[in-house]
Amino acid sequence: MISEQLPALQVVVPLIAAAFCLVLARPLGAWLITFAASAASMAVSFLMLNTVMDSGVIDYTFGGWAAPFGIAYRVDLVNAYVLMIVSTISTVVSVFARASVTSEIETHNQGFFYTAWLLCLTGLLGITITGDAFNLFVFLEISSLSSYALIAMGADRRALTAAYQYLIMGTIGATFILIGVGLLYALTGTLNMLDLAQRLPDVANTRTARTGFAFLTVGLGLKIALFPLHLWLPNAYAYAPSAVSAFLAATATKVAVYVLLRFVFSVFGVEFALGAMPLALGLAILGSVAVLSASTIAIFQQNLKRMLAYSSVAQIGYLALGVSLATPAGLTATLLHLFNHALMKGALFVALGCIAWRIGSSRLQDFAGLGYRMPWTMGAFVVGGLSLIGIPLTAGFISKWHLILAALEKGWWPITVVIIAGSLLAVIYVWQVVERAYLAKPPAETSRAEAPASMLIPAWLLAIANLYFGLHTDLSVGIASRAAASLFGVVP
Amino acid sequence: MTESALVWIVLTPLVGALAVLLTGRWPNLREAVSLITGGGLIAQVMTLISPVLAGESPSILLVTPVPGVPLALQIEPLGLLFALIAAVLWVATTVYAIGYMRGHGEQHQTRFYAFFAIAISATMGVALAQNLFTLFLFYELLTLSTYPLVTHAGTDEAKRGGRVYLGILMGTSMGFLLLAVIWTWHLAGTTGFHPGGILAGKTSPLVLGVLYALFAFGIGKAALMPFHRWLPAAMVAPTPVSALLHAVAVVKAGVFAILKITIYIFGLDLLSGTGATTPILWVAAITIIGASLIALHQDNLKRRLAYSTISQLSYVVLGAVLANAAGIAGAAVHIATHAVGKITLFFCAGAILVAAHKTRVSELDGLGRQMPITMGAFLIASLSIAGLPPTAGLWGKWYLSLGALDAGYGVLAGVLMLSTLLNIAYLLPIPLRAFFARGTDQGEQWHEAPLPCLVAICFTTIACVALFFFPEPVYQLASMLVR
Repeated sequence: MISEQLPALQVVVPLIAAAFCLVLARPLGAWLITFAASAASMAVSFLMLNTVMDSGVIDYTFGGWAAPFGIAYRVDLVNAYVLMIVSTISTVVSVFARASVTSEIETHNQGFFYTAWLLCLTGLLGITITGDAFNLFVFLEISSLSSYALIAMGADRRALTAAYQYLIMGTIGATFILIGVGLLYALTGTLNMLDLAQRLPDVANTRTARTGFAFLTVGLGLKIALFPLHLWLPNAYAYAPSAVSAFLAATATKVAVYVLLRFVFSVFGVEFALGAMPLALGLAILGSVAVLSASTIAIFQQNLKRMLAYSSVAQIGYLALGVSLATPAGLTATLLHLFNHALMKGALFVALGCIAWRIGSSRLQDFAGLGYRMPWTMGAFVVGGLSLIGIPLTAGFISKWHLILAALEKGWWPITVVIIAGSLLAVIYVWQVVERAYLAKPPAETSRAEAPASMLIPAWLLAIANLYFGLHTDLSVGIASRAAASLFGVVP
Repeated sequence: MTESALVWIVLTPLVGALAVLLTGRWPNLREAVSLITGGGLIAQVMTLISPVLAGESPSILLVTPVPGVPLALQIEPLGLLFALIAAVLWVATTVYAIGYMRGHGEQHQTRFYAFFAIAISATMGVALAQNLFTLFLFYELLTLSTYPLVTHAGTDEAKRGGRVYLGILMGTSMGFLLLAVIWTWHLAGTTGFHPGGILAGKTSPLVLGVLYALFAFGIGKAALMPFHRWLPAAMVAPTPVSALLHAVAVVKAGVFAILKITIYIFGLDLLSGTGATTPILWVAAITIIGASLIALHQDNLKRRLAYSTISQLSYVVLGAVLANAAGIAGAAVHIATHAVGKITLFFCAGAILVAAHKTRVSELDGLGRQMPITMGAFLIASLSIAGLPPTAGLWGKWYLSLGALDAGYGVLAGVLMLSTLLNIAYLLPIPLRAFFARGTDQGEQWHEAPLPCLVAICFTTIACVALFFFPEPVYQLASMLVR
């Protein structure tokens, strides 16, 4: 039965498609393969999500080798949800990528570009789906290496230094994760997450366990871009090709956050990770500083891709705050924001990509009068921006509501103040763009010139999703709260 | 039937906005669309009068974005009063705007009328909100939809005004109001407006006081000091916007929200029992006197009117915080009477701008001979703002003073009287000097504003006087609030 092989297909389809892309190397063909593979992954992820919602966890053993020896995949509500986010964003953004990539990347490199894209997708999906700690590291390297390549393909020469910076930081992060996993293996003799979860409580009170935990969290902190380990992110997002910024901003850090959640809640357990270890306090402090400092820095950015990148660092702060509360409500808010933030940043980066395609710039000063030149693109940008601020009727508001409520339930007042201050800062950095686009006089007489439909449709799909999930939250809040409950309740 | 009417009241102006955009190429047709939409809106709001007077409050649930926090509409006497005022004055303002926008040669008129209609839709949503979440949603939409109107001119000054406008309104609402809404939900498990309130017995007087302060300052549209600066900043907008939105719809949405939250979230018994809200009472009193003192020194006519509005808005806040029968009734009546009075004053200010191209108070000497109708209307409306007979303003001030005395705050009654004197000092000299002082460079010829402007001015002036002689309908709705 094909439906039993869904977990394998989730990873294998983009991996094989990547090989085809490399062989074919023609831009149009490679794009078609990328789109088709992304769409197929999306279909698979939705089918799995559906199955998990109906009948619970899916266990899959690769090649029929059972857990201690073979690699086990395990799909529960949490990673089915993340898989859905990643594959959906890849599909939507790949539609946009065609025109964007044609204008930003030389023809002979486009085949490589799509190959790297599919490898990155493979890696991200693999990290999410696997139930094996070492396998997770392998996929992490696949996604990291391919994303260095993707970023380095940016048109600006500074893309190379940005990619190099990311390479160094990312490698340090991956090494830390590997050391962490290695220590756990030394301690328990297993790499399977289920077995780890069973064996760790007995040995939790050892220096090895604590050291392993510390290496893992710091390594993941680098991949998540949690303040102050975020330094690679602004340059990487600012100089990467537009499509890559949109894809990575909406998925890469999300997957890293998922891994952190998986280790904290499923492998180490809440008592150890958030109780015995000072992680909750650390996340609360670093998250607060991230929200306030990155939002403030975002205000002063002239390059809007950098501005959105700093905003992403701030949003990661919100995710960290939700985890730090260590309550089901806080975790629900984090998981919900994972989804909603993917929607808003996707919409914003895609809209910026449309603008870059038309005017060849993403600098604030070149935005004068853009509201009249590109009304549809700017419309999508404004919707995404309002969602980022957290205006009611948008997905961002729902996130903010749950996060503030969770902080109030816990009685952590300072967190509430930080969240609110963060949204006020967001008003400033979003509105300076709106003001420039609609109220500043364009330099010369310019006529209306929109981006092509293939770029506008993805932008508006994401913008409409922001509005839809601001009103109908059965899917987003429903799954997020069930997933949070499952992380808190039963060990997967 | 009535339930779906609630939805249509919110949707009608939106449909109107769409029709305005589609008919933008034909100005006469476009304005006809605005007027027809306005007429339709009034008719729809009128259908709600008889059920409300019969004591019913039909409601409709639209969608539930957060479990337990639905997007829902419900009509009750205060909402009906506010919706009626806004709908009737929208038509009056549209008539006025036809004369003003054409007479003043404004650009982008289609955009102007479209956003105007959207703002009215948001206002109706505020009026009909069934719970705090719905109120907050439409409150924010009102801020966003009026931003393009404030920055209509597109100049640097407009941009600066827009920044202050958005900064303060968005800052207070995101900073304080949202927190207060979520906190209320956390405490009471609901955000619905219920007669008698939902917070009784849920928390301590201290928390109640903090929560009430968060609401009072978070609703920046009520322009309590020190969050009042956005209103003078918004005066950079075209005059019809200042008239309807910044004398009626937007600012009244603010005080309406405070009044509604006082009655239906806190409950009068709870508030008058604890004394937790006394500080807000004094903030309101300071705003009343302070804004009037600032108004005395403003030479720009629209700015002077704006500070007058800030002062008058705090009358309503004062009445709400007094939390007794006379105070609430006075606050509700004052929403109506101040609306007709202040909109008339703004209409006159715009008429002076269009006909005589003057914006400063010091330039108006002798203008009464050129613009007798406008200046006559200004005189009557000034009397109404000051609360002197035979104009409607008397009633609001009357009940508010009664409320202050009932609550044992003789000082506050004194504040209201002092405010009357200040109103007289900064408003009445304008028409009097226009009629009796000798102008420097004016001729004697008759030179009034365009006819549509005059029609609107006459209508609202007559309303100022009519509501003095027949305050019964307004009072009836207001008294239902405390029954």
